[in-house]
Amino acid sequence: MSQQAHTHGISLDSLGRKKQTLDLASEPVALEVPGLNLFYGDKQALFDVQMNIPRNRVTAFIGPSGCGKSTLLRTFNRMNDLVDGCRVDGEIRLDGQDIYAKGVDVAELRRRVGMVFQKPNPFPKSIYENVVYGLRIQGINQKRVLDETVEWALKSAALWNEVKDRLHDSALGLSGGQQQRLVIARTVAVQPEVLLLDEPCSALDPISTLKVEELINELKGQYTIVIVTHNMQQAARVSDYTAFMYMGKLIEFGDTDTLFTNPAKKQTEDYITGRYG
Amino acid sequence: MNVKQQNLKTWFKSGTPWVWMTGGAVSIAVIMTIGLLAVIAVRGLGHFWPADVIEAEYRMPGQEAKLVAGEVVEAEEVPRARLAASGLPVQADGGEFMTRELLKVGNREIYGADFNWVVGEWLGAPRTPDNLLVLERREWGNFYGYLQSVKESGNLVAEGDAAWAELQTRIERVDELHEQLVRLEKKDIGAINAGLERLRLETRKRELAGKLDAAAQADLDAERAQWNAQYKVLEGRLVELQQQVNRDSVLVRTVDGREVELSLAKIVRAYQPNAMGTFAKLGFYMAKLWEFVSDEPREANTEGGIFPAIFGTVMMTLIMAVIVTPFGVLAAIYLREYAKQGLLTRIIRIAVNNLAGVPAIVYGVFGLGFFVYVLGGSIDRLFFAEALPAPTFGTPGLMWASLTLAILAVPVVIVATEEGLARIPRALREGSLALGATKAETLWKVVLPMASPAMMTGMILAVARAAGEVAPLMLVGVVKLAPSLPVDGNYPYLHLDQKIMHLGFHIYDVGFQSPNVEAARPLVYATALLLVLVIALLNLSAVYIRNHLREKYKALDH
Repeated sequence: MSQQAHTHGISLDSLGRKKQTLDLASEPVALEVPGLNLFYGDKQALFDVQMNIPRNRVTAFIGPSGCGKSTLLRTFNRMNDLVDGCRVDGEIRLDGQDIYAKGVDVAELRRRVGMVFQKPNPFPKSIYENVVYGLRIQGINQKRVLDETVEWALKSAALWNEVKDRLHDSALGLSGGQQQRLVIARTVAVQPEVLLLDEPCSALDPISTLKVEELINELKGQYTIVIVTHNMQQAARVSDYTAFMYMGKLIEFGDTDTLFTNPAKKQTEDYITGRYG
Repeated sequence: MNVKQQNLKTWFKSGTPWVWMTGGAVSIAVIMTIGLLAVIAVRGLGHFWPADVIEAEYRMPGQEAKLVAGEVVEAEEVPRARLAASGLPVQADGGEFMTRELLKVGNREIYGADFNWVVGEWLGAPRTPDNLLVLERREWGNFYGYLQSVKESGNLVAEGDAAWAELQTRIERVDELHEQLVRLEKKDIGAINAGLERLRLETRKRELAGKLDAAAQADLDAERAQWNAQYKVLEGRLVELQQQVNRDSVLVRTVDGREVELSLAKIVRAYQPNAMGTFAKLGFYMAKLWEFVSDEPREANTEGGIFPAIFGTVMMTLIMAVIVTPFGVLAAIYLREYAKQGLLTRIIRIAVNNLAGVPAIVYGVFGLGFFVYVLGGSIDRLFFAEALPAPTFGTPGLMWASLTLAILAVPVVIVATEEGLARIPRALREGSLALGATKAETLWKVVLPMASPAMMTGMILAVARAAGEVAPLMLVGVVKLAPSLPVDGNYPYLHLDQKIMHLGFHIYDVGFQSPNVEAARPLVYATALLLVLVIALLNLSAVYIRNHLREKYKALDH
């Protein structure tokens, strides 16, 4: 898909820099949520969420703790299936196909919708084996293919130069930031369409956080990225669009600049100005 | 509140008494363990040292003096009254206590018993003549006396001082011949016996199936004739060897003057402990120790070695571990990963935990009733019908002993593995699932390797629990004497139906069932020490493997 297709005109921001204006309504859609309710047992956690996640953009979910942003993220690759008593009511369409329909191969869905978690969770294997894990699962075992994948995946996760000489050392020897980038490389290696990042920097130091944010910027041309973050500055820095959630409801969803500078809803304004949260 | 109370209170608050109490508990545990090992080690290992043999005059009041010779095993103080009560002619005057010494006098066929209590006060000054000879024999225990002469086929070969050197070379020759004899009997003739038995079963099998026609019968007969011809050859060799072994004899005299002629075939080794220096004794000690761990038992298990018992214990424990680990691990995986957690799984878990508390003998009874009779009986009817009515698996044996131990130890493996599975961080499972792995793939590639140290822990606990167990084994396959090992050169090489010896049962047998209690007692300690060492060795190797796995699958710190 060409970048041109969703570039919507150039304007200058207040400092005179060239700036891309974004328009959510005209973006091609990757994930379509026409109306989603989610229950943990009797307790409802998501209330009629409606949103379209734009393709090849970075979408950030912000909101106070327990507002349901992580829960919503986990519905996109059906990670919530693992939670006992979790029930989903509604559809989520990935490229027009309902991922909650009967007969959907969940493993295949998760390959297409990759996920990176809050804390780095590399497997206790070598760096190399971590990256090729998903490929081996798919039955790909040719050394040449694996070698190539390791190289480009680590390069696209900006980790290659740091680890290329110790690919067969344990991944647990890496620093936290490196581990998180390794997990991103591992996820990218199976070439997903969507990348879900669940507070990927919350366990990292500022420098590692910066590197991961740069990485997100690099990756957004090729992947639809959805990121959950506690950190509003981070959302402002990395995302094209931001959704603000509160108490299980989607309050406001729009392009990041507008949401932060000129929020439409009072609740959003209260949150981003730090009046609660 | 006075100052003293105040001080006491501060002392309690400071935690010092708590430290002392906890530290004390640890020290007591350590002292007990070390003490236990020290006692069995000292008592057991001392047995193999070639003690000096004393010769002395023994003069019981009112009787003629006689010469006695032997090793002093122990000495104790006994009240004079008690000795008098036991019928000894003790004078009424004198101190309250008298010493009493236990002499190992040997020569059982002459004296009737090879241990003898003597009263110390009546024993003359002990001498240790250099030429006092000890003969360790295959039967009748040790012989103590003086060497007179060495004979070959009844003719005198050497006499006096020359006899000692002659005797040694000839004992070496007999030892070698004896080894050949054993090899011939066990290996070559054993193979023929195995072959003949196979033929007999084959014949019977065809008979039962109604397929024993003339041609088959002729074939079998021809094969049998072949075996028999081979046997004839070996039999000739056997007779010849036996004659060779019995060729030489030795004439010895006991200290009290009786002369005895002994065939060299009956003698394991001859030595003169009083003439041996420390290094010679050390060498002898090592040889005896090696014999103990590498040889077969003799004389109702009171002499010789206990190798079959070591082998049986290790074999049984290994087979048990091979059975119990996969079984327990699979059960734990189902319980933890697949079963819906609810009332039923809780009940199963409680039942499994309680199973670990069932007395071991109950498992023995179950093993006998179910494994041996029901399972073994069915196997015999289905697969070994030709051998009936002689049972093959329908009788206690190695396999049933291992299986019984396996069910005894399986709860331990299940509990340990479940704990290990529960400790795998959820994040890692999710990480794998998020990459498109199914639950089974996640389990196989991430969870199980990481839980492998826990499985090894389970196995270690199972081995520790099972290897020391004795009671159930008496019912399902362990016997007093089974010199033929369950592994040999005859098909199918590992004989799971065979009965085995076991160190734990050996201790019980030697300690409580032996006809010769005094001779057996040190062996009880030595065997106990060996049992501890064998179990420690099994455990240490498992611990080593576990630590290796732990290092490899070191989990994340969260």
